[in-house]
Amino acid sequence: MDLRPGSRWKSAVCDAQLVVVRPPSSAGELQCGGVAVVPIDDTKAPTGAIDPAFADGVVIGKRYVDEASGLEVLGAKAGAGSLAFNGVAMAIKGAKPLPASD
Amino acid sequence: MRTPLLLDIAADACPDRPALGGGEEGDDFASYRARASCVAAWLAAQGKANTAFLGMNGTALPVLLFACGMAGTPFIPLNYRLADDDLNKLVARSAPSTLIVDDDMLPRIAPTDGVTLIARSDFEAEFMAGAPPEKIDLPEAGNEIAVLLFTSGTTGDPKAAVLRHANLTSYVMSTVEFLGAGEEEAALISVPSYHIAGISAILTAAYGGRRIVYLPAFTAEDWVATCAAEAITHAMVVPTMLDRILDVMERTGETLPALRALSYGGGKMPEPVIARALAKLPHVAFVNAYGLTETSSTIALLGAEDHRAAFASDDPAVRRRIASVGQPLPSIELEIRREDGSPCAPGEQGEIHVRGEQVSGEYLHKKAIADDGWFATSDAGWLDEGGYLFVEGRLDDVIVRGGENISPGEIEDVLRSFDDIADCAVLGIPCVQWGEKVVAVIVSKSGQPDTVAMAAAIRAKLRSTKTPEQWFVRDALPYNETGKLLRRVLKAELAAEACAG
Repeated sequence: MDLRPGSRWKSAVCDAQLVVVRPPSSAGELQCGGVAVVPIDDTKAPTGAIDPAFADGVVIGKRYVDEASGLEVLGAKAGAGSLAFNGVAMAIKGAKPLPASD
Repeated sequence: MRTPLLLDIAADACPDRPALGGGEEGDDFASYRARASCVAAWLAAQGKANTAFLGMNGTALPVLLFACGMAGTPFIPLNYRLADDDLNKLVARSAPSTLIVDDDMLPRIAPTDGVTLIARSDFEAEFMAGAPPEKIDLPEAGNEIAVLLFTSGTTGDPKAAVLRHANLTSYVMSTVEFLGAGEEEAALISVPSYHIAGISAILTAAYGGRRIVYLPAFTAEDWVATCAAEAITHAMVVPTMLDRILDVMERTGETLPALRALSYGGGKMPEPVIARALAKLPHVAFVNAYGLTETSSTIALLGAEDHRAAFASDDPAVRRRIASVGQPLPSIELEIRREDGSPCAPGEQGEIHVRGEQVSGEYLHKKAIADDGWFATSDAGWLDEGGYLFVEGRLDDVIVRGGENISPGEIEDVLRSFDDIADCAVLGIPCVQWGEKVVAVIVSKSGQPDTVAMAAAIRAKLRSTKTPEQWFVRDALPYNETGKLLRRVLKAELAAEACAG
């Protein structure tokens, strides 16, 4: 799984779509709803169940980080599953939005 | 990360949200992207390394910017205010290129090897008119350079500032919330396309999900009328624009109830103007932004709460922050350094240095960034105890009189407190005794300025070495079209006069 900045992914089990903002420092698996995400152009419809341990949802516009690896992901579409990197839940990055300046 | 991604994810998430232009004729995000993809396919087929644009503002511009990112050709907006000779030099530097030109500007362009001219009307008939086309899926392009902007240097040939996709996307993603705008929000863009704020406004609006509306060129009358007609919620202006906008509002009685946020930058805003704006637009949040072309736009900003706090405060240290550009963005590092490179103490003036992913600090074929990533801005400034940044202008503009560094800004501020002063500039002119001497150029409302009283006020508030030794009265001061005082032009004129006198 090549989690390079700008790469787009989608959940295999819900409607969530994701963009990698910062890559992880070491290789690993980005998961949503407890299942590995798939490339955005994968044509298969979401199937299977969301792992109840990873069912807090992805919110559009929010950023999610994995502290240990530095992986940072943007929620580009909302979904019911929540994100994890190698099984470790990712946290919402709390950033105060700045006022528009241009 | 590449700039087209910003539009791509917005168009996927909210395809039918209004994105471009006004009223019924506007494009939603899906057709915005579809049009850009068709332009990109056409640019790729042209096979030119670069894409240049010469013309007035309009919705063709954002479509072209994203299309260039998709096709992998740097976008080069050219300054139509340049003299024909200078303009044609830049056209030649854009080669090999596809150059889209406003029809009435076509006669200005000399035939140039490697440059294919396309009339704006043909471009718009093909790509902007009619029902939105089907989106064309192109392979991801490879070129890392998104935009080349010729800086408006007043000496020597303009430098081509390089803005990479990574710089611009980093700026957008670290300062804007994805789809953070409400569907009813609309931004009015009136800065020209060849200004960094014109470029960044396109990118931040797409990612934020905010509709953009263009003024072909700025006039205060059109600005106020368009704001009212389009229920504009956000806009960015340069200082000279704001004063004229307020005049029109006064004359017409327009109150712009939909307007929520007005940002200003690109030069020092006189305090009386911002005070007037705050009084006239009490429902509007004012933001003062400071940035450079080489930093992908904003690096520091003074927000609405800062404005209110400064105006309401009895503490002079807080009150004066109205004249600051606020605090550096959390996503960048900023330091003030002495000439020897050591850091300045709070309150001590030096050169502003910045570091961060949005900082390109790069010109074509010339990197201007240190190996450790720090970029020297050539701007003079200082930080107060609270970390608020005060910009004193270009380092070159600091007057060095007998070894003492004098900022024109603080002297100009004292002058502006006189009702008779319509405009003013303080400059250093070469002088045998001191190296440089302080002179003032003023525009007087009465035509009979009391320079004795003005000199006395400066002596009392600042000190005698900062008191202008010579006064010049002018009808107007020279500005470029984005509101920057042309100090070097003025200085050259005065140096001749002052020597003669």
